[in-house]
Amino acid sequence: MEKMRIVETASYVPDKVVTNDDLSKIMDTSDEWITARTGIKERRISLGENTSDLCTKAALKLLKQSGWSAESLDMIIVATMSPDSYTPATAAIVQGNIGASHAFCFDISAACSGFVYGMQTAAQFLKQDWPLKILLLGGEVLSKVIDWSDRGTAVLFGDGAAGVLLDNQYSADSGLLASVLETYGDQHTKLTAGQTKPLLEFPPQRATQISPFEMDGQAVYKFATHAVPKTILAALKQAELSLEDVDHFVLHQANARIIKAIAKRLHQPLEKFPINIQKYGNTSAASEPLLLDELVASQQIKRGDIIVLSGFGGGLTVGTQIIKY
Amino acid sequence: MTEQEILQKVQAIVVDELDVEEADVTLTADIKDDLDADSLDVFEIMNELEDELDIKLEASEDVKTIQDVVNYVKKEVDAKTE
Repeated sequence: MEKMRIVETASYVPDKVVTNDDLSKIMDTSDEWITARTGIKERRISLGENTSDLCTKAALKLLKQSGWSAESLDMIIVATMSPDSYTPATAAIVQGNIGASHAFCFDISAACSGFVYGMQTAAQFLKQDWPLKILLLGGEVLSKVIDWSDRGTAVLFGDGAAGVLLDNQYSADSGLLASVLETYGDQHTKLTAGQTKPLLEFPPQRATQISPFEMDGQAVYKFATHAVPKTILAALKQAELSLEDVDHFVLHQANARIIKAIAKRLHQPLEKFPINIQKYGNTSAASEPLLLDELVASQQIKRGDIIVLSGFGGGLTVGTQIIKY
Repeated sequence: MTEQEILQKVQAIVVDELDVEEADVTLTADIKDDLDADSLDVFEIMNELEDELDIKLEASEDVKTIQDVVNYVKKEVDAKTE
């Protein structure tokens, strides 16, 4: 078991709630259609706050809950596919906002797997002998990259931020048991957002173009229902654990139907697969910490529980970790 | 693989996926109208068949009844074994 303790979890979602009925007023869709196919009932949409703003609010909650000072943080990672800008990194903006002047900061771009990729990156630092305090956030304002005229994708996504404080100085029986991360770049066109186009002539004849969110839903569904069970089984083998040893499967909340299909393929009861997509939609890199925080806050996850964390999405990427909370 | 063997596979997967009685999964049953499946259910049934039989199926293939599914799967299984 590798040293990595989740000290605290916290989340922040924008106030604005957009229900399926709200969406049916601006596009040809219905609550029944969205609910049956995705499990989503409503989502939060950020008005006036960017990804760094949501992340900053989640970060301040984490500091308050833990009693840690901002200056005590050694490192800040933000997993996001909707950063404020190409540069600076969203993590750097958060660092400035909270005054974590000793932390070095960068973003991770691995779409909906971003949080697990971030956890894995953090774990590489935490296994050193010296004490480290890491702030890892998953934050998204996907509403700014969605094509609101495309009902196929617009109904799926939501905004939010959540994260964890991690450290490696503790005596408790917590840690990282196993991890399997995989990337399938041959399928990189299946889920895209913010694609840029190089100039074709000089002087330039056109304004900068950035593409909205586009997804081959069937390909991603197929990928998720195969890659997630596969990496979970591989990680459990690494950890010398069985599916029955797992207390909670905290999966990326992309679609309730995908989660049900994964539970079925693993022959595990759906009760072990908590779902909160009905409230937030797909919040990409924020979805797993958002769910994790909900489960910790409601004491459904307790110290010593075995948790599977699994994210999947653009890249295509998949990442699975087994954690002793 | 005979048509009967394929039907048995299809029945088992459809029963599990749609939570219906095996007796209702007849060759003439319309998957969406009679068995109450939606497009994602059909997609998932195709996924399961792909995994079980190691074949590739197109979700866009026009399948309405269980007979259509059996015919399509038989075509792909035969093409693979040739």
